[in-house]
Parts: sequence; structure tokens; C-alpha cells
Amino acid sequence: MSATLSQVRAARFAQRKRVNYIATGLALAAMAFGLFWLFWILVETFRLGIGGMNWVTLTQMTPPPNEEGGLANAIYGSFLMVFLATCVGTPIGVMAGIYLAEFDSKSWLASLTRFVNDILLSAPSIVIGLFVYAVVVSRFKSFSGYAGILALSLIVIPVVIRTTENMLQLVPAGLREAAYALGAPKWKVILSITLKAARAGVITGVLLAVARIAGETAPLLFTALSNQFWTSSLGEPMASLPVTIFKFAMSPYENWQQLAWAGVFLITIAVLGLNILARVLTRNKS
Amino acid sequence: MLNTPSVPTKSKISVKDLNFYYGKFHALKGINLEIPEKRVTAFIGPSGCGKSTLLRIFNRMFELYPEQRAEGQILLDGENLLTSKEDVALLRAKVGMVFQKPTPFPMSIYDNIAFGVKLFENLNATDMEERVEWALRKSALWSEVKDKLHQSGSSLSGGQQQRLCIARGIAIKPEVLLLDEPCSALDPISTAKVEELIVELKNDYTVVIVTHNMQQAARCSDYTAYMYLGDLVEFGPTEQMFFKPTRKETEDYITGRFG
Repeated sequence: MSATLSQVRAARFAQRKRVNYIATGLALAAMAFGLFWLFWILVETFRLGIGGMNWVTLTQMTPPPNEEGGLANAIYGSFLMVFLATCVGTPIGVMAGIYLAEFDSKSWLASLTRFVNDILLSAPSIVIGLFVYAVVVSRFKSFSGYAGILALSLIVIPVVIRTTENMLQLVPAGLREAAYALGAPKWKVILSITLKAARAGVITGVLLAVARIAGETAPLLFTALSNQFWTSSLGEPMASLPVTIFKFAMSPYENWQQLAWAGVFLITIAVLGLNILARVLTRNKS
Repeated sequence: MLNTPSVPTKSKISVKDLNFYYGKFHALKGINLEIPEKRVTAFIGPSGCGKSTLLRIFNRMFELYPEQRAEGQILLDGENLLTSKEDVALLRAKVGMVFQKPTPFPMSIYDNIAFGVKLFENLNATDMEERVEWALRKSALWSEVKDKLHQSGSSLSGGQQQRLCIARGIAIKPEVLLLDEPCSALDPISTAKVEELIVELKNDYTVVIVTHNMQQAARCSDYTAYMYLGDLVEFGPTEQMFFKPTRKETEDYITGRFG
């Protein structure tokens, strides 16, 4: 009457296999659902944006309604503000990350810094935009590229702090000890050994921060505003791709809408490229 | 019977009434020990007995961790290194260390060795090349890496990486070399190479090695210290420790009847 051991085993095995199929199926379905929307966004962006991609778009200024023009000033403004915000935010973020990981990781000051940084990291970007509006724009009575750079760098800093700290903590303690055992001073250990070992990860963090601010609209809307004309002066309002897209996409004018899609296409390509670059850098490391 | 082992050579390091604490945990209890110059001294004992802890006091490595503290005296050539006003970097230039896991720095093989040398000496390019070659020859690695000095240190095999770490340690010309289980991550062939190297090194350096491998202690050390739960149970010439230990505990551990 009692089943033999091998029969019980076979039955249990069949049961495990069924559960395995169900779990795999659910996981695949979740993945497919996620990818479906992602691909749809990409396909739609390409379909609507590629039509607006031509020499005129890249070289001419943003036009008045129903006239021919391009996005040159917005591309330039975006590039300039993102570049400078990264230049401001990266050294601050990397140095703060080094402090947290290498100098004082257990002190109350470090815990407080981490806590505040986490809040900043998850702060809605519109809050940062309004903050810069209140302390810079309304005080100096002028929207400006500087205010835009400040708002964007406030978004860069917490991202870079977090990734730098995490990447430095992944460096094995043995590597640090080996460098100290040779009699190396602390600054030398950090610069030549730990930061070097964590380099790919830190660069990835910076690239992801760049990708994030490249598409931010809210912090620029209240700070750099926009500008119909080409300007290199950071003291004046400055055009950017996200704000131009926001303005053009909401308009009833066909040519503006077309340019908005071209802008979306450009940002998507740039962000996609940065993410792929970040991925390639981390893969080479590990 | 030899209760206090006679040490025929000059002692390089004298440990006197050394106590060590990890926070509140009393990890080393009143250690007294003379480490002879230009000999290989092995520390053996079960895991957690304090042998690595003791080793890491000799170059004040423990100071990286604020909750660890040492009391007592460790005399290096007669001077107490625990209270010395000399910069810890200069101590570490005299007392080098190689760790359990190979730790090549994220740079080329050449730079791995030049890194430490540059900290203490201003060598011109030719002298530096000579020094790198000297250290690599000394650690029996030269023939395997001489054509790829500018490749990354981590491209080497585990055994080669460990010999690179030894080369890096001797390149700054220390007087003492501390080896913390240097072969535990290596295969038998690499282990044999490192052991040969250790025997070779004692011509110029005082070597202290922590090992879990009894045969290794027997093969390459001149003196052996057996430790248990933070106490130094017995210390003496390796032959005597392995063939005629004075203490029952030592004999039980060495013959594998430990329990």
C-alpha cells in the first residue's frame, strides 16, 4: 500500500517542476510587460522624432509659430548647462563620497550627511527648481543660466555622493590594508588605490547623473526659463531642450509640435547612449 | 628541559607583556616572545587563537581600527614601536607585510612594485627599473612577467599575484617581513614556490609567518610559536616543537589530537 521511496521522489520532483514553470512564467510575463512599454516609447519617439531630424533642426534657432526653424539654441543651452552642472556637482559629490566612505563612516556627522543626502536624492526636482527660484532668481530679479546650473548641480550632487560612497565601500578592505602596510599615507591610499579601484563605478555614477539632469524640465522651468535666441551669456535666460519641448509640445502649432518630437528624440538618444556607456564601463571592470 | 628556549641569534623583535583588546575582548594575554633576526619564525594554532592579531601589531596595522588597542612593549631593535614617536609609515617601511589573499593594486605589474618604492625613495628611471627587476627576481617571478611588466597586476594567476605582493613588499627593502597565511589561497605548486622563496628570504630578512599548515611550519621555519586562545603556549626551535614538545597541548595540536 505504501508508496516506495522512488515514487514519492518522482511525485515531489514533478510538483517542484510545476511550481518552477509557474514562477518562471510569472517572471517572464512581468518582464514582457515592462519591456512592452519601454519599446513602445522608443518606437513612438523614433517614428515621430526622426521626421524632424535634419540639418535645419540642428543649426537654426527656435522659430516663432508657423515659421521654419530649429533647436540649435536649445541644444546648445542644454549642453552647456548640463556640462557645467556636472563640472560643479562631480567634485563636490566625489569628495563628499570619499569623506563618507574613507574618513568618518561611523560618526554622527556621517550618518546625518547620509540621511540628508537620501532626502535630497528623492526630493522632487520641482522642489529644487522652486528653491533656486526663491533664493537666486527672485533675489537677482532675473532668470539666468547660472540659476539653471545651480538647480541641476543640486540634483547631480546627491547621486554622485551615493554612488561614490557605495563604490568605495565595495573596494575590499585588504586592498587598503596592503597599501597602508607599505607605509603609504592616507591621501595616497585613497587617490592611488581605492579611488582608482572604484573608478569605473564612480564614472558610471556621474554618467547616470548626467543622464538624469539631461531630461529634467522642472528645475529649469523656474530658473533658466527659456530663450528664443542664441545666447552664451549665463547671466541671461537660457533655452534648454526639456523646457523647449514642454513649451512646443503644448502649443497648437504644427511646426512647434514637430520640433518638440525632434527634441524628445535627441534627448532619448543622448540618455540611451550615456546609459550604454555606463554599462560598458562597469562590465569592463568586473 | 628547555622551558625558556635558548635563541642563539640576536633577537630582532622582543615582545614583552603584550596584551591586546578588540573593544572589550581580551585577545592576547601577556605575550612574551623573542623573534630572532634573519630566521623564519612561524606562528601556529587553531583559528581565533590570536596569531594574526599578534602579527598585525608588529607593523601597527591594528591602528587603522579605532576600537583595537595594544598594551605592553614590542621592541624592534631595542626601541618600543608601540610608543615610538617615529611616523608609522617609516615603521612600515622597515616592517613589511603580505596578506592572506593576493592584493594586486589596480595598476600595472611594474607600477605595483614602483608604488611602494616611490613613497620612500627618489629613484631615476634606470634605478627604478633595476629595483623592480631585483624585487621580481628575488620573488622568483621575473622570468614569468618580464615581457608583460606593463600589463595589469590582476591579469596574473593567484600564485603569481601573491609573489607580486611579496616582491612589492621586499622592493622597499624592509628588515622584517610579516606573512599572514600567504599560501592559504594558493595551489600546491604555487605554495611550493612561495615556500622556497621564504627559505631564500631569511638570508636578508627576519621573516614571521602565520600558517594553518603544520607541514608548512615544519618545512620552512626555524622557530615555531604555538598559540591557543590568546596565550603563547610554547615557543622554541621548530625541530624541538615538532619532535619533542615540552607541553602536552602542543603535542596534541601538532599530532592532530587537538579537540
